[in-house]
Amino acid sequence: MARYSIFALARNALRRHRDWPLAWRSPEPKAAYDAIIVGGGGHGLATAYYLAKRHGITNVAVLEKGWIGGGNTGRNTTIVRSNYLHDESAGIYDHALKLWEGLSQELNFNVMFSARGVINLAHDEHEARELRRRVFANQLAGVDAEWLTPLQLKEFCPILNVDPGMRYPVLGGALQRRAGTARHDAVAWGYARGADGRGVDIIQNCEVTGFDIRDGQVRGVRTTRGEIAAPKVGVVAAGHSSVLAEMAGLRLPIQSHPLQALVSEPVKPVMPTVVMSNAVHAYMSQSDKGELVIGAGIDSYNSYAQRGSLPVIEETIQAVVELFPITSRLKMMRQWAGIVDVCPDASPIIGLTPVEGLYFNCGWGTGGFKATPGSGHVFAHTIARDEPHAINAPFTLDRFHSGTLVAEHGAAAVAH
Amino acid sequence: MLLIDCPWCGPRDEVEFSCGGEAHIVRPPEPANLSDAEWGDYVFMRQNRKGVHYERWCHGHGCGRWFNVARDTVSHQVLAVYAMGEAPPEV
Amino acid sequence: MAQPFRTAEGGRIDRSRSLAFTFDGREMRGHPGDTLASALLANGNRLVGRSFKYHRPRGLLAAGGEEPNGLVRLRRGGRAEPNVRATLAELYDGLTAESQNRWPSLNFDLGAVTGLATPLFPAGFYYKTFMWPPAWWPAYEGVIRRMAGLGRAPAAADPDRYDHRHDHCDVLVVGGGPAGLAAAQWAARTGARVILADEGSEFGGSLLSGNESLDGKPAMAWAERILAELAAAGNVHLLPRTTVSGYYDHNYLGMLERVADHLAEPADNQPRQRLWKVRAGQVVLATGALERPLVFADNDRPGVMLASAAQSYVNRYGVRPGDRAVLVGNNDSAYPAALDLAAAGVRVAALVDLRPEAHLDWLARLDEQGIEVMAGRAVTGVEGRDGVRGVRIAKLSDDGKGIVGGVGREVECDLLCMSGGWTPSLHLFSQSGGKLLWDEGLASFRPGEAVQAVRVVGAAAGRFDLTACLAAGAEAGNAAANDSGHRRRGRGPRRPTAEEMPPPLAARPMFLIPGGRGKRFVDFQEDVTAADLQLAVREGYRSVEHVKRYTTAGMGTDQGRTTNVNALGVVAQELDVSVPEVGHTTFRPPFSPVTFGALAGRQVGELLDPLRRTPMHGWHQANGAVFEPVGQWLRPYYYPAPGEDMQAAVNREVKAARHSLAVMDATTLGKIDIQGPDAAEFLNRVYTNGWKALKVGSCRYGLMLGEEGMVMDDGVTARLGEGHFHMTTTTGNAASVLAWLENWSQTEWPELRVYCNSCTEHWAVVSISGPNARKLMAELCDDVDLSPEAFPFMTWRQGTVAGLPARIFRVSFTGELSYEINVPAGCGLNLWQTVLAAGEKYGITPFGTEAMHVLRAEVGFIIVGQETDGTVTPLDLGMDWIVSRKKDFLGKRSLSRSDTARDDRPQLVGLLTEDPNLRVPEGAQLIPGSDPRPPVASQGHVTSSYESPNLGRTFAMGLLQGGGERHGEVVHVAFDGRAAPATVTAPRFFDPEGSRARG
Repeated sequence: MARYSIFALARNALRRHRDWPLAWRSPEPKAAYDAIIVGGGGHGLATAYYLAKRHGITNVAVLEKGWIGGGNTGRNTTIVRSNYLHDESAGIYDHALKLWEGLSQELNFNVMFSARGVINLAHDEHEARELRRRVFANQLAGVDAEWLTPLQLKEFCPILNVDPGMRYPVLGGALQRRAGTARHDAVAWGYARGADGRGVDIIQNCEVTGFDIRDGQVRGVRTTRGEIAAPKVGVVAAGHSSVLAEMAGLRLPIQSHPLQALVSEPVKPVMPTVVMSNAVHAYMSQSDKGELVIGAGIDSYNSYAQRGSLPVIEETIQAVVELFPITSRLKMMRQWAGIVDVCPDASPIIGLTPVEGLYFNCGWGTGGFKATPGSGHVFAHTIARDEPHAINAPFTLDRFHSGTLVAEHGAAAVAH
Repeated sequence: MLLIDCPWCGPRDEVEFSCGGEAHIVRPPEPANLSDAEWGDYVFMRQNRKGVHYERWCHGHGCGRWFNVARDTVSHQVLAVYAMGEAPPEV
Repeated sequence: MAQPFRTAEGGRIDRSRSLAFTFDGREMRGHPGDTLASALLANGNRLVGRSFKYHRPRGLLAAGGEEPNGLVRLRRGGRAEPNVRATLAELYDGLTAESQNRWPSLNFDLGAVTGLATPLFPAGFYYKTFMWPPAWWPAYEGVIRRMAGLGRAPAAADPDRYDHRHDHCDVLVVGGGPAGLAAAQWAARTGARVILADEGSEFGGSLLSGNESLDGKPAMAWAERILAELAAAGNVHLLPRTTVSGYYDHNYLGMLERVADHLAEPADNQPRQRLWKVRAGQVVLATGALERPLVFADNDRPGVMLASAAQSYVNRYGVRPGDRAVLVGNNDSAYPAALDLAAAGVRVAALVDLRPEAHLDWLARLDEQGIEVMAGRAVTGVEGRDGVRGVRIAKLSDDGKGIVGGVGREVECDLLCMSGGWTPSLHLFSQSGGKLLWDEGLASFRPGEAVQAVRVVGAAAGRFDLTACLAAGAEAGNAAANDSGHRRRGRGPRRPTAEEMPPPLAARPMFLIPGGRGKRFVDFQEDVTAADLQLAVREGYRSVEHVKRYTTAGMGTDQGRTTNVNALGVVAQELDVSVPEVGHTTFRPPFSPVTFGALAGRQVGELLDPLRRTPMHGWHQANGAVFEPVGQWLRPYYYPAPGEDMQAAVNREVKAARHSLAVMDATTLGKIDIQGPDAAEFLNRVYTNGWKALKVGSCRYGLMLGEEGMVMDDGVTARLGEGHFHMTTTTGNAASVLAWLENWSQTEWPELRVYCNSCTEHWAVVSISGPNARKLMAELCDDVDLSPEAFPFMTWRQGTVAGLPARIFRVSFTGELSYEINVPAGCGLNLWQTVLAAGEKYGITPFGTEAMHVLRAEVGFIIVGQETDGTVTPLDLGMDWIVSRKKDFLGKRSLSRSDTARDDRPQLVGLLTEDPNLRVPEGAQLIPGSDPRPPVASQGHVTSSYESPNLGRTFAMGLLQGGGERHGEVVHVAFDGRAAPATVTAPRFFDPEGSRARG
């Protein structure tokens, strides 16, 4: 694998960029592999990368029904943070954040992880209490977190409206400085290139249509490009987890919903950080290209259509214009939806299934992108060792029977 | 913005309704006799079909009535609207 | 003032009036009917912007909405708007615009130095560098960000107003060109309700810029007749300046009407823009087609323009886009453009036809004008950096992939007009779910099968013959109206006939023109060249989506309207496959950018999720209350006396309740009226405790759980009659509890005869609390026996209070003797004032939510959402007493799940800090040891924490693992790096027997 650097760019410039090698090959699928990863998004590609790099399992295929990174990897609002309430969640997301911090160098591919900070706003006393609780919990867990007053917030993000007379006044906010954004496509491409360089076959336009399961053990998969055998199959196909689970005879507590997002036209830098507001269902950052990247809420109904819709966007923009008054004359350039697989406790499922050799990694809801490196890392461990890593041990499917939920949405209950 | 044909009020915009998820789930009559797994399945496990999905909607900002809808989760086409308690129609 | 490039006559501008405007501070003049773009050209100003990445000088490519280069910052201050397409900005007197993405000026842009290092910046270069040293990335990124972006956002808030409008129609016609006008006319004649929307300021579409005739008269005369007919019809809504931007599910379309953007500022009571949300029975898309650029070396120099744009400037705007023109095309379109330019006084030096043979009929017409036609040749290069000075014309090889016969000849010119064929505008059709089919002859996509109720006509359907377009429009308009249930009576309108045009000669699709050394731009706005696309393919980014994302081709504000097909062609050529094998990227809404303000509409400021206020709100406000939002309500938080801070005010309010008398506006409490013979059975199923035995006249506290066993809401419910209950809920959950009840009664237990109704707004509630409460009641109410025996705790009575019919509930959330007096909402203020006046002798003190919180916490009452967070069971709260063992209820089975039944779950406890003056923050964590340095596993958290004037110290409640068995133990409260020791107690601090409320 040829290394990328400014020197390589200069060398190639002399040859008019004729000789750059393939970032990844496009091989035909082999008849059998040691392991198959179903789903060529960031998580799947990361899983393959860590299987090859950390566990020496290189005879691996990543099967992608479309083009790699074409699902939620290429449709999210690129926020990376780890300031979750519960230790289990903070554990996996902070594991991911630490990997993010060196990921460009690890992959020799600039994923543009930008630690520009993420702010969660509190708009009433209830939210302030819950956010402070998270700050204090994060401090004990070793996850950086601090509470900012409205004035400190204004200093950190000058375009934020902190007028106390607002409908949703800003009472304060929790800041995680190490958090930020990354370039979403680059994550898929970087992992793909890294995995490919270690021998992993990345097979696009290859849709899994069934599993070959005999005697409670997975033997391979059926695909639109033929049958492929493997003793281990890891499924990480957000937006289609339930469809694949049904093929394998499994039931999941997952519902697939469209999560709406949009970007503005590019403007010169105005937004130095990421601001999230749960009360008004909006979060906003600015990409390196200058677009304001805005995440909205989810449509309430189940859907597999990645289409933008209007009502959710309107509500979000009302809040954005209120929070950032200078955005009123900016314009929405593109809107779309990603299909998020939502678990009842807003936490993922990562681990073994009742079928031997079949592993599922799903249910990340709206939070999957930020977990990409950590998720791939622990899922590779789970597949290689046939047992969960300590970090993903709490995220079993069985918790929906025992009641050991990792309730990250619990704090949403508002009442007085 | 979906257009949903409320059986009582006629076609109305999606924002007047709330979606109540999968239809035809029956609450077990004797929860105490169920295992943790059986109870957990009832509470949490859900159909999540790509294609025809039978689901419940409530016209909360209208007549307030619940009813069932068969809807395609890819095209969003509403294939049938039918009353609570009715069997799911073939679509 | 001189407009050197204005033609002597013609065009749809009003030459009798002159408008002043400035561009980058330079004062110029134009006419009504001009766009900023045409006015700039009329003044000889060709340089309009700098490109995104290389900061190359750019001029206007187009005359319409597809313009990629001419983006300006319009207006100033709070009305400043970046990234406005100069081609759509109508000129008004006093318009100010400035160029973007340049520093210090448009003519001298330091950013252009990046042009020197261009070889280092191929597509995706940033993925390959800026990685070392890692610590420098923030600095690298800062530079990247400053170089990127287009215009500057305004620095101030927007003074303008935006409207929303919801509408329905039978037939929505998108596009007011010839096909759209015909469609609207035919649909309207059936009586169907029709909306006709067009992006431009005038209807007419391509007719505005051409000089066709219909039935021997200028085609615009026909258009104006149709428009007059439509305007006079009562069933037609004409919407100029309205861009249909999104085609959503179930024929729901979003449209942006620019109501006042053509004015200096909106008139009083006029919105700036209006967002239309239209549910259309049928849609007719007459969205036209866009001309494609040709991809040759230095095809982005100012003065290189689409042939149709040049035609538009001379015919519609009366502007010569140059003095001496060369035209180049791979189809017939360049020929009429050449004639129009010549007619407007532009010297046409040559017409270059990529096809091996020129079009003979057209050739003859050009010959008459002395215009040289060169066939089998291409423009392979452009001279001039800041503006075209000449072009190089060379002979193409037979396969079109190379140049033969040397580098060719140079022709001097200042304008190069190009036509690379036509791309039907199918963004909306694609958004609607319709499939696109590749049309080899057109070298573009045309509409395939529709999914929604939509028809595509005219150039959008790949038809360019005017007579045929009119016929197709008429047919589609009529059919759409028929499908929406409207039929015309009598004969349809006469179909006009266009003048005969020379028969078309097949185009020569050519996505990449060989020869030349300069950059060949495919996406002008994103600065993407053919070489970038080829590099992406070579590096393995083969999916069209990968190419798009890697190079950013098609991702600009113009949605790649002039880019997409050329990009696909280049990629297909590099992959050596056909274009349909490459596929196409997804068209995402909006078709054209939509202003945030318009999306928000009126729901900003006060109208953003409007707050609810109680009937007594005005009194609270007049008496200095500080408010807090609770759910959708605004509630008094505390009432500071002059000079008091919050703590002092709260202490005073708390003491008044404990020692004499205090009063609270409890109107916001959720109230649900439940009736029916099975109402008691219903409550029995939704609450954790038993309800069947509750006597009429009594009240009971209840807890509701979700099926997962967690506390969802609580409140007191009173039995008004055998089959009649009055339920109260928390303020924030009133709506969701009602929805919960309806859900169960309608869908799971339809056999229960029970009916629920929200009555929150029907009642105003005045809650009086304190040892003197009964004395006050006695003064106000003489038809209820208030003695503790006759009217005990947890009962209610109907009576008259202060002359008002009232329901009096003897319940207490403060732990004091309390009465909650419910009167019809309209009487709330009256009652409130009467109570205050009568209570004066007891020093009656109004108290807000914070004092209420302290009071209830002192006696250990929970608040749902504060002591609970969706993960807390009644058992965790130590409320076993309210959980029935005998009956089933919602959520019961979950309580015995293996994890939920553990006895070391977080449980509610009291916490008394060692330092009695330390009020720990709510949310602080509970840890066993005194060292809060991470990592420490938390054992719980503080849910409530207050200063109590009654206890003379602070106190707190919290959830602590296994806390029920840990009373007396010392734990540490961790926050901000501190760990404060605290003793675990029972969660009740005052009046442990609860005798005061019962008294």
